[in-house]
Amino acid sequence: MEKVIHFRIRRQDGPDAPPYWEEFKIPYAPQHNVISALLYIREHPINTRGQRVAPVVWESNCMEEVCGACSMLVNGVPRQACAALVDTLTQPITLEPLTKFPVVRDLAVDRQRMFDALGRVKAWVPLDGTQDIHQHAPRISPVEQSLRYVFSRCMTCGCCMEVCPQYHDHSAFVGPAPLGQVFLHNSHPTGGFFKADRLHAIMGVGGIADCGNAQNCVKVCPKDIPLTTAIGALGRAATRQWLHDLFVR
Amino acid sequence: MAKQAKVIVVGGGLGGLWATVRLAEAGYPVDLFSLFPVKRSHSCCAQGGINAVLDIKGQRDTVEQHIIDTIKGGDYLADQPPIKTMCEDAPGLIRTYDRMGVTFSRTPEGIMDQRLFGGVKNKRTCFAGATTGAQLLYAIDEQVRAHEFNQHVRKFEHWEFLSLVLDAAGVCRGITALNLRSMQVEAFRADAVVIATGGAGLIWGRSTMSTNCTGAAASRVYQQGARFANAEFAQFHPTAMKGHDKLRLITEACRGEGGRMWVPRKAGDTRAARDIPEDERFYFLEEWYPTYGNTVPRDVASRAIIRVTRHMGLGVRGQEIVYLDLTHKPREFLQARLGGMLEMYETFAGVDPYTNPMECFPAMHYTMGGIWVSFEKDVHTGGMVRVHPKNHATSIPGLYACGECDFAYHGANRLGANSLLSASFSGRVAGDAVTAYLKSLKSGADSVPQSLYDAERRRQEEINRQLLSRADGENASTLHRRLGEIMSEHVFVERTNAGLDRALAEIAELKERSRRIALDDRSGWSNQALPWARQVQDMIVLAEVVARCARLRDECRGSHYKAEFELKPPEGKFAGDPEYEAYRRRWQANNERWLKHSLATHTPDGPQIEYRPVDTSVMAPETPRDYR
Repeated sequence: MEKVIHFRIRRQDGPDAPPYWEEFKIPYAPQHNVISALLYIREHPINTRGQRVAPVVWESNCMEEVCGACSMLVNGVPRQACAALVDTLTQPITLEPLTKFPVVRDLAVDRQRMFDALGRVKAWVPLDGTQDIHQHAPRISPVEQSLRYVFSRCMTCGCCMEVCPQYHDHSAFVGPAPLGQVFLHNSHPTGGFFKADRLHAIMGVGGIADCGNAQNCVKVCPKDIPLTTAIGALGRAATRQWLHDLFVR
Repeated sequence: MAKQAKVIVVGGGLGGLWATVRLAEAGYPVDLFSLFPVKRSHSCCAQGGINAVLDIKGQRDTVEQHIIDTIKGGDYLADQPPIKTMCEDAPGLIRTYDRMGVTFSRTPEGIMDQRLFGGVKNKRTCFAGATTGAQLLYAIDEQVRAHEFNQHVRKFEHWEFLSLVLDAAGVCRGITALNLRSMQVEAFRADAVVIATGGAGLIWGRSTMSTNCTGAAASRVYQQGARFANAEFAQFHPTAMKGHDKLRLITEACRGEGGRMWVPRKAGDTRAARDIPEDERFYFLEEWYPTYGNTVPRDVASRAIIRVTRHMGLGVRGQEIVYLDLTHKPREFLQARLGGMLEMYETFAGVDPYTNPMECFPAMHYTMGGIWVSFEKDVHTGGMVRVHPKNHATSIPGLYACGECDFAYHGANRLGANSLLSASFSGRVAGDAVTAYLKSLKSGADSVPQSLYDAERRRQEEINRQLLSRADGENASTLHRRLGEIMSEHVFVERTNAGLDRALAEIAELKERSRRIALDDRSGWSNQALPWARQVQDMIVLAEVVARCARLRDECRGSHYKAEFELKPPEGKFAGDPEYEAYRRRWQANNERWLKHSLATHTPDGPQIEYRPVDTSVMAPETPRDYR
């Protein structure tokens, strides 16, 4: 028998439509990844029952695990599908949309809530305009830079949100990734001037206190970002800020 | 203008986001359109770094040298005043990125570190590990988010630009766009439009570019009358991984940090790379180009790889593969300076690049050509006037272009680490140019009747309706694959007129077939087949421009190479030698004929090509490029 790659894909025609499973088999070739296989299905959208169906809908862009678009559950694990190499996966390979975000269609979900959270926690360094002021930022030691670099690689892919027990559609929890960005911007020499603003943003409802310390986030992060380290440090900083607010007015 | 002017920016990579920030800072509301959340734009794939002269390595690096390297790297084909100003402003841009919090790699003293890149002799490239593009993109994305928070910017993510709305006088007054979820077409008013939609790598099928880099938006404005310039100039990056879906980039920083390219001296050597002794390795770049060695510019390196594999038959295991070797470098050094990229290689190749040489081959990487844009020259400085409505203005009034989709700065070949610079700089200049344009605008988009917008929306809806109603026909992905095969065979590193004639004939045939595309998905919600079909149609139109311009240009310049027209410097001879001076005269005579921008204008019968002189007022073309 000809060697094939077998997919089981959880599909959904729209946000309110019922989900269903559909299977596809494509000819085997070495070095396929999940997205390259979906591209094959796009050209040959024929399911295992021989029916020509609508091609699967998904999001992808960079194909090298840096843009964060193609997050989905691959054999139950949230990850970047472009970096999920078929040769390393057990077949049939199941593909499902992330469960913590509303399904748009098939494997595409709406992750706007994550981007909104970045606004809510003010994840930026405030500037007095982008004109040249003829000065660099203050010096940053190589050690400090290495630590910040790790957090600056967050691509807002949503894998950490997917596995966080506290993050779901009935909770206001901001989630691990935006907390990592608070840590990043608070650690910048001038970004730190606005530390209190960001801490206040995560001290109320849906803030850092909602973290249940399940530590799932660090296990799935495709960029190995030590999110729990950041959350721990922010917890202490938030306590200090609370005391400061209480006594220093 | 009485009413508050509004601007539309299409595309949210570095160029589009810089334009957006500048406009928001100037107080103009911006509607920002993107196919996906802007943070996922292709700028995030740039790995190696961004050039700016900081002169921190004791090499007496100068802005003048950056200007010269950029001009010569591009084989003199770029207008020079904009290059001059870009290089002068680069250190200021870097300082601004630093203030935004970009995690640039540091020296022990805590200042920004710099490394070596191809085509230059000085360390001039700032970097953040091997994910510099992502770090710059995130920084400017955050600034835009701050403006979004303050309601100066509205984002339309998951929307696809379809067309411009042009008034009776041909002035751009807005756009139509497709909501990629509801599949509704809407028309949007704007007093000016900035297009920043990146390169067109997908025309070559597979490339190092992201899968959304189709060039469709640039093709659409071209088809509506914007001129397209230097289309034949596409950069083939010498070092990319092979793959079904994409040819993943291996950053040039690998060569800058000491990576060596080689093949076994013996054809078809079956030993593992590590088992091949030093004296049986052919370090072809070091042998052929002793001065620059492994850091020759990309076009030179790509041709050398083609020569060593296709012409000399020395590819690894007899295949189209050469080695890029970093295994002589300490692991800690590589981790700190190239970590992100080496991880990516290991993920996709399944081979540890710290202990095994990487396998690579040239791949389509960057489009130097693009939408033609103007500039206002500063007669006092020889650069460009920093804020002027002519800067980055396309041939359609009210339409601006910046980033990779424009044609400026890089001429016939782009230097490594100049793309993050030109994307950022051109976005900033375009944003400032639009503010100047709006101040001079007599009547805004509110003076244009609604019927104009409705008519354009209906025209677009009709195109969609036709595609959605056809039951049987061509498959868009099949046409795209064929297009990629044609372009990768005939419009690649080495070109011949016979091959280009064949490519043009085949593209014409594809164009016919693309009129009969039928969709596998005809539903009305989040239908990806519909926009893909339209992108394929528009890619074919642009591919014809590329192939036509390549066919007409009978010379070798930068990335454009036809062996039969090659002018080679006489071996072992240099300036002052009579043989070299005779060569220089032949080279100058060729410049008389060909040192010109090719300009394409769309007509129903295909592109009409004309030629326009290049502004070489900063550095006259007196010395040929020579990387020996």
